[in-house]
Amino acid sequence: MSGKPYDVEKGDGVHRGHPVTVDRYTLAARINHWITAVSLILLALSGMALFSPQLYFLTALFGGGQITRAIHPWIGVVLFFSFAGLFIRFWKANLWKSEDGTWLRRIRDVLAGHEERLPELGKYNAGQKFVFWGMSFLIVVLISSGIVVWDQYFYPFTTIEQKRVAILIHALAAVAIICVWIIHVYAAIWVRGTIGAMTKGKVTGGWAWRHHRKWLRELVGRRTTRTPAE
Amino acid sequence: MFPPAPNPPIAPTPAKFGEKDLIRKSASSITPASPRQTEVAKLIDVSKCIGCKACQAACLEWNNLHEEIGTFNGSYTNPPDLTPASLTLMRFTEWVNPETDTLEWLIRKDGCMHCEDPGCLKACPAPGAIVQYSNGIVDFVHENCIGCGYCIKGCPFNIPRISKVDNKAYKCTLCSDRIAVGQWPACAKACPTQAIVFGTKDEMKNWADGRIKDLKSRGYQNAGLYDPPGVGGTHVMYVLQHANTPQIYAGLPKDPTISPVVEIWKGVTKYVGFAVIGIAAAAGVLHHLVAGPNRVSEEDEENAEKLTGSDRT
Repeated sequence: MSGKPYDVEKGDGVHRGHPVTVDRYTLAARINHWITAVSLILLALSGMALFSPQLYFLTALFGGGQITRAIHPWIGVVLFFSFAGLFIRFWKANLWKSEDGTWLRRIRDVLAGHEERLPELGKYNAGQKFVFWGMSFLIVVLISSGIVVWDQYFYPFTTIEQKRVAILIHALAAVAIICVWIIHVYAAIWVRGTIGAMTKGKVTGGWAWRHHRKWLRELVGRRTTRTPAE
Repeated sequence: MFPPAPNPPIAPTPAKFGEKDLIRKSASSITPASPRQTEVAKLIDVSKCIGCKACQAACLEWNNLHEEIGTFNGSYTNPPDLTPASLTLMRFTEWVNPETDTLEWLIRKDGCMHCEDPGCLKACPAPGAIVQYSNGIVDFVHENCIGCGYCIKGCPFNIPRISKVDNKAYKCTLCSDRIAVGQWPACAKACPTQAIVFGTKDEMKNWADGRIKDLKSRGYQNAGLYDPPGVGGTHVMYVLQHANTPQIYAGLPKDPTISPVVEIWKGVTKYVGFAVIGIAAAAGVLHHLVAGPNRVSEEDEENAEKLTGSDRT
């Protein structure tokens, strides 16, 4: 089996054993992910503190209102660049494939856990791709609208009316990204065996067989056809 | 002539209003003071202003503020805009009256209007950083201010300014500290022509009526009082020679209201936003209760072992 990889990424690999283990994320990808994750959580906490008076007490976590106001945009900058790293790593495997449409049409079976009725999938399913592209789009919206209301450095570049619109968009996009985050975290908890992919970098062969069989087949095929000459 | 500003009392005087007289407090729900104190107002008669800037100087002096030395920008308006130190600013406009073809020098003293429905206070996320007293004064409490600049977005008049030094918002206080002990605001006290007078809101409206009659009798048919209803009226009002076109006075808005974008942001977005987040979280919990965890079966593992040839080793 030669040619372009379907959506195997650098660092993916499979190891025989009981059970079979499959390398899903490299150490660098995992560090990259967790920097993004921590930033997103800190942003949500500090952002909600400034969004709603009922949650203003959350500013205490950051050392008060002034520091929360000052640090929130900087965490946003960290998140933007950190996520950019994830984007570069993962975008290719998140391109839309024909089986994703089938998967989406059978969303009832997905939610019911009837994996046997779903098509064989590559490294990501349509839900994961939705999370990936949703996060990508919303992060771009959030950083752009965020810069417009980052008065400390960017006040003179926009009108007050533009800032009003920007802060409304920022709030709406923040609500949306928190929802996407809830889906992301819930899916990782619901589908047992997933979290290890981002902690140890590995999943079991059974997990890959059940949820991403096409990806597993490709990994196995690549390994077994590799000749010493390569 | 309006009765002149009183001189300061010699004996210590207790403050006439304080924390107990608040009717609004940013990012907090409070029970408004009752009964309400008599509403006060500052009346700025643009037709009487001679542009001496005594008000600007008095404001700096009373509030112990120091404006930076600036540059000349081709206008008497100096500094060119409100700053964290210049809480009031005389804005000079040279306007040619199309009816008479004469040049009119319109001098408007800009500064906080002390809206009855303050947009700054509505937008403010920091509890108690902006307060409104029952006499109508809107004041910033700097120890609670976080410098986010939301007040700027809420204000229909573009008044608050954030200091680059301490990252806090500044604007005219209506000299709440002076009014508390029966004094006029510093600008009104300093005004040599009584273009600025101070009293209860009713007194000021009555006084304005007389002034408007006088202006009309002298040919200013459109003279009137600027007390915009879109923000519930203001506690700083103008007598304008051309009240039908307030925009000619350096962009004084004709019908100011709190921007609908700000209303949506601070209103429905908050409730709908948290509802949507709550529903998303609840849906997750519910789904887990109904569907249970999605576990990898023994069969799945065996299939993977077969595929990789692990079962043969």
